[in-house]
Amino acid sequence: MTEHLYKYILGIADNSLILGQRLGELCGHGPNLETDIACTNISLDLLGQVRSYFQYAAKITGDGRDEDDIAMMRKEREYLNVLLVEQPNTDFAYVMARQFLFDIHHFLFLQELQKSKDLTLSAIANKCIKEVSYHQRFSSDWIKRLGDGTEVSHDKVQTAFNDLWPYTDELFHQNEADKAMIMEGVGVDTAIFKDTYYQRLKHILDEATLDIPETKYFQKGGKEGIHSEHMGYILNDLQYMQRTYPDMEW
Amino acid sequence: MSEEQIKNLEERFEARIARDEKIEPKDWMPEKYRQTHIRQISQHAHSEIVGMLPEGNWITRAPSLRRKVALLAKVQDEAGHGLYLYSACETLGISREEMYDQLHTGKAKYSSIFNYPTITWADIGAIGWLVDGAAIINQVPLCNTSFGPYARAMVRVCKEESFHQRQGYEIMLKLCKGTPEQKEMAQDALNRWWWPSLMMLGPTDAESVHTEQSMKWKLKRKTNDELRQQFIDQTVPQADILGIKVPDQDLKWNEERGHYDFGDIDWDEFWQVVKGHGPCNKERMKARVGAWERGEWVRDAALAYSEKRTKDKMNKAG
Amino acid sequence: MKKNWPLWEVFVRSKNGLEHRHFGSLHAADAEMALENARDVYTRRNEGVSIWVVESKHITASNPENNGELFEPAQDKVYRHPTFYDVPDDVKHM
Repeated sequence: MTEHLYKYILGIADNSLILGQRLGELCGHGPNLETDIACTNISLDLLGQVRSYFQYAAKITGDGRDEDDIAMMRKEREYLNVLLVEQPNTDFAYVMARQFLFDIHHFLFLQELQKSKDLTLSAIANKCIKEVSYHQRFSSDWIKRLGDGTEVSHDKVQTAFNDLWPYTDELFHQNEADKAMIMEGVGVDTAIFKDTYYQRLKHILDEATLDIPETKYFQKGGKEGIHSEHMGYILNDLQYMQRTYPDMEW
Repeated sequence: MSEEQIKNLEERFEARIARDEKIEPKDWMPEKYRQTHIRQISQHAHSEIVGMLPEGNWITRAPSLRRKVALLAKVQDEAGHGLYLYSACETLGISREEMYDQLHTGKAKYSSIFNYPTITWADIGAIGWLVDGAAIINQVPLCNTSFGPYARAMVRVCKEESFHQRQGYEIMLKLCKGTPEQKEMAQDALNRWWWPSLMMLGPTDAESVHTEQSMKWKLKRKTNDELRQQFIDQTVPQADILGIKVPDQDLKWNEERGHYDFGDIDWDEFWQVVKGHGPCNKERMKARVGAWERGEWVRDAALAYSEKRTKDKMNKAG
Repeated sequence: MKKNWPLWEVFVRSKNGLEHRHFGSLHAADAEMALENARDVYTRRNEGVSIWVVESKHITASNPENNGELFEPAQDKVYRHPTFYDVPDDVKHM
């Protein structure tokens, strides 16, 4: 039970960790100051959520590791985030499309997690959902602006969606820990909101005059710890200090 | 307006400032006042946003989640401060885009300290401790400067910056209490950032061209040399608490003066960096210009979208 | 000339019971964005419970050159203030 719960928490928190890290790369390089500040806020929200989850994970494993050990001391195969969040900041269209595809799912997920039998998880979900509700509004607004903005922006964001769409299905993939936690009434059965998820995407993409990409083939692997080639480099940065100066406090 | 009328207006203007009255954007002001303020405020704003880069360099590598969120929030604050300052400057009739253009073409300056590289985690501590420390000394008096929008922006900036220096000092403290390797890292950072921090407070009074006028307009309350002395006097004891050594052999407490005596500053290095030949000047500008150019289509899209929505509304109403 | 995002003025109510106060300005392409940016820029430290944004160009401001005629006439209308009226010290509740 503990092992499954631990892995279940990683599955949730690693998404926020890696996406927070990706957004952190952007800080200081946004299209203008206002947007830069907004994206940093999202990153800060996500990393704050990560801390809550990992503090809880540290408590239940009780093996002396703290939130930072869990965040930074694992091997690549032990990270359980979906592939979507590790996709690079190719341009602002990719950043917003990635955010949007994640936010809509994140919101629906937290709505269900609020009902978890695990009171800590439901309390965290309760706090996070307000932040994520804002994130999905922010990213949806930007998808509309980019989609229905100029011809250039339309093409760029359409390309971004075409490239990122194959990563959406994995948001609903259930690994062993997911299944075990659903059985316990702790975890969220994501299947129940899969239709809603795609309907919401369609609704915004329609408004943004964008086409739903026609994809028959989807990517998965992250939730089983099999990541894209980007992941190694993300961890190079994330774990830089731990690798260079082992066993020190900062 | 006749010369005499202008002279009259100028005298009344100077008298208002002398009485500690604030000048607001729509008030009459001498052209030189406007230009000096545009130069100083925009320079200040540029320093904030270029200053995001050396620290931003460590966001993805911060050694703990707590340090990561603190650093992100700090760098984000700098974007906010740049924004407040650009807005204050815009009230003087220059647009943010024009100011960016001056920065990107090298016409406008920014604080030379941000042209040094951040090569270890200790540099993030040193920047918070020393660079923000020096900045605070510079900025606090500006909360009472004569131009209202600048003073108001500075009140907000100073309030928000109060955590920045502590954030840096805490990083240093942790390093100095850590392993010998960590303490060495802290010492190395102090060695590299000490002199540039002293230079950051500006050329010596003898070389400083704007001091007298700036004093009158309350853009400056103390001279560069006075500020530098204040910085040294308050920072040396902080280094003592950390147990690391300020890299200046001539540094000595002078009982008679009630201040520290200190060694010569390498002003050649200062001018080299100011003129664009510091270790990172080119990278910093490349990063700023790059972000601005890569963002152009995004800004255009948002504007086009907004125009379409306005048109929709008009059509519906019509 | 290239068009840029217009300037907006931001007013924030810091808590219920207080008025909205001018906090500063920012750039945004539309009103929605101005609100979102205002939230991210000016209420990061829990400074507000309500935000107004208005495009700067829609504000009409008085001209300081007219301050004499606009504001000085009010200076000698002392009868608008309670201290203008003589009332014996022993009259209470007034």
